[in-house]
Amino acid sequence: MNVASKPALGQATLDDRRLAKVSARDVDVFYGAKQALKSVSIDIRPNEVTALIGPSGCGKSTFLRCLNRMNDLIESCRVVGSIWLDGEDIYTSGLDPVQLRARVGMVFQKPNPFPKTIYDNVAYGPRIHGLSRSRAELDEIVMTSLEKAGLIDEVKDRLQEQGTGLSGGQQQRLCIARAIAVSPEVILMDEPCSALDPIATAKVEELIDELRQRYTIVIVTHSMQQAARVSQRTGFFHLGELVECGETEQIFTNPRHKLTQGYITGRFG
Amino acid sequence: MQLLALVATLLLLSAVGFHLGRRRAAARSAAADRRPHSLPVYYGSYVALWSGLPALLVLLGWLAFEPVVVRSLVVDSLPPAARELPPERLGLLMNDVRNLAAGVVTSRDVDPDMAAAAETYLRLKRLGAVAVAVLSLAAAIGGLGLALRRVRPDLRARNAVEKLVERLLIGASTIAVFTTVGIVLSLLFESIRFFNAVPIHEFLFGLEWSPQTAIRSDQVGSSGAFGAVPLFAGTFLISLIAMAVAMPVGLFAAIYMAEYAPRRLRAIIKPLLEVLAGIPTVVYGFFAALTVAPFLRDAGTILGLSVSSESALAAGVVMGIMIIPYVSSIADDVITAVPRSLREASLGLGATRSETIRQVVVPAALPGIVGGLLLAVSRAIGETMIVVMAAGMAANLTANPFETVTTVTVQIVTLLVGDQEFDSPKTLAAFALGLVLFLVTLALNVAALQVVKRFREQYD
Repeated sequence: MNVASKPALGQATLDDRRLAKVSARDVDVFYGAKQALKSVSIDIRPNEVTALIGPSGCGKSTFLRCLNRMNDLIESCRVVGSIWLDGEDIYTSGLDPVQLRARVGMVFQKPNPFPKTIYDNVAYGPRIHGLSRSRAELDEIVMTSLEKAGLIDEVKDRLQEQGTGLSGGQQQRLCIARAIAVSPEVILMDEPCSALDPIATAKVEELIDELRQRYTIVIVTHSMQQAARVSQRTGFFHLGELVECGETEQIFTNPRHKLTQGYITGRFG
Repeated sequence: MQLLALVATLLLLSAVGFHLGRRRAAARSAAADRRPHSLPVYYGSYVALWSGLPALLVLLGWLAFEPVVVRSLVVDSLPPAARELPPERLGLLMNDVRNLAAGVVTSRDVDPDMAAAAETYLRLKRLGAVAVAVLSLAAAIGGLGLALRRVRPDLRARNAVEKLVERLLIGASTIAVFTTVGIVLSLLFESIRFFNAVPIHEFLFGLEWSPQTAIRSDQVGSSGAFGAVPLFAGTFLISLIAMAVAMPVGLFAAIYMAEYAPRRLRAIIKPLLEVLAGIPTVVYGFFAALTVAPFLRDAGTILGLSVSSESALAAGVVMGIMIIPYVSSIADDVITAVPRSLREASLGLGATRSETIRQVVVPAALPGIVGGLLLAVSRAIGETMIVVMAAGMAANLTANPFETVTTVTVQIVTLLVGDQEFDSPKTLAAFALGLVLFLVTLALNVAALQVVKRFREQYD
């Protein structure tokens, strides 16, 4: 099935994949007959921010969506290879994707708060998973999530207002609070700042850096400056392949592959 | 025949105008050695429109007013005794005059006055025909000449044609509006006549409906009672049953189609469901009367209930089936219109599909769904045929779905079927009922559109 392709340059994988938080080996993704990812192997280390960069259509978002099985929702999509979370294969038939998504949260490109109140947006996940036994406990979860998302000061007096009434940057931080509220282990972020202005972007980036203490974060971004600012490790995708992966500083100062070099210096992409 | 020839001539003139306009534009711009403002085809259309439209207006005006004008002229020419006849009699007389003029057998012996009137009628007709031909041709030729003289390279023919096209479109849309206004007015005037005979509060709040009035003064037993409450109640009961069937089934079908069905299955199911909307209501009526009603009656007997063989339940259930596609189609559209990102947000938090649908998708689509339901209700209220065939005619004031009831539309039909006098309250009641029906469905439609609009504002 897999076309034997050369592994990515740099240190994409660990010697013992059990040490990784998320570990992917030889992952192929097909949309119908079209292959979107070719033999991607990468280990995501715990409590780090891993940035995935690359030109449009290179498969970085597709890979991100494999990690919480969001690709299952697309009818024609087929995933081959193995992905482990904490040493457990997440693509075995015994695993419930719904449970998985509670452990691997996601923040999307466009802020997408529910048309509900700010409180209900954050309380949505805890309610579904029964994480609180009383109203007071739920209040506690909502408040701490908003606090961790750095939104509490802006919204504490208007928790009963509509989440859609916030500004774009506030909406995105609300979405992060919503994701945090179910206490995930990994947070996937799919270009979380691409719809935001620079000030809102700076706030979200600051937040990402703080969240790293508690969560493992994988972020897809179009902005190389952003990858350089927020991440510890960076993977460069090109045409469905992971071309190079390594410490962010090394990727941006001393890329080994000429495609990586071309992309980060702005020659294409 | 004459008219046809006239229209053909006018069209021909327009075509000639088109050709001339184009040629003149080319010639003039060549002579002035400058590029014309618009393409030649616009100069052609400009001349053609100017020669065709005024003539057409003249013709339409004549068609609209000729009968009235000729009639009043003929009536004026009649002897005074005939002129002072009551309007219905005068109408009959005029009919005979027209028949006589056309050489058809008349309903009475021809007297000299009538012969003279027929003569006048014919003369006026011929005169009118000649006049309109001359007038419209003059308008066409005049318009053509005038427009042709204006064709110069600096004439903005393209903009002028654009403006005329816009007027044409405005005209078309106002026709639709005026038709509605006309319908409302005709209902209103007849209803006012009815309310002169029967007080409005008796109609709206009376509990007994028995519209048989005495035709002769010596007739007994048919006093006539026009309390429409049993009809409103029957309509309400049947619509309620219909919605109780259509709402869950239609909504669930829509949710399945929008959220669960694979694309290929959806492509089959959706058109099949919409076939339901294309079945003539008479056929639903058969189905209700011959299949559903007996089935319900037998089932009721087994359960020890007495179900009438024409019951509100049978009509309501079948009507509910009929409006399923209205509910499901609109609900499917609005559910599909809920942004994908909201679903992904919910699923990404570890919600299952049905949790996502219940807590995110349906609440977000609710205004649109409610709009669809209101449209379906107004459809159910206006439905006639199923109720005629399956629910019966007896105006019972009851909330029991196993009994025979009747609805507003059914009564309108029965009031107007057969030989009727158009001045008895019995017949006029139909118009009053129609007016009530129109107002209720109008209110429902306006409410539905408002609700749907609010939904659109949220997501587009």
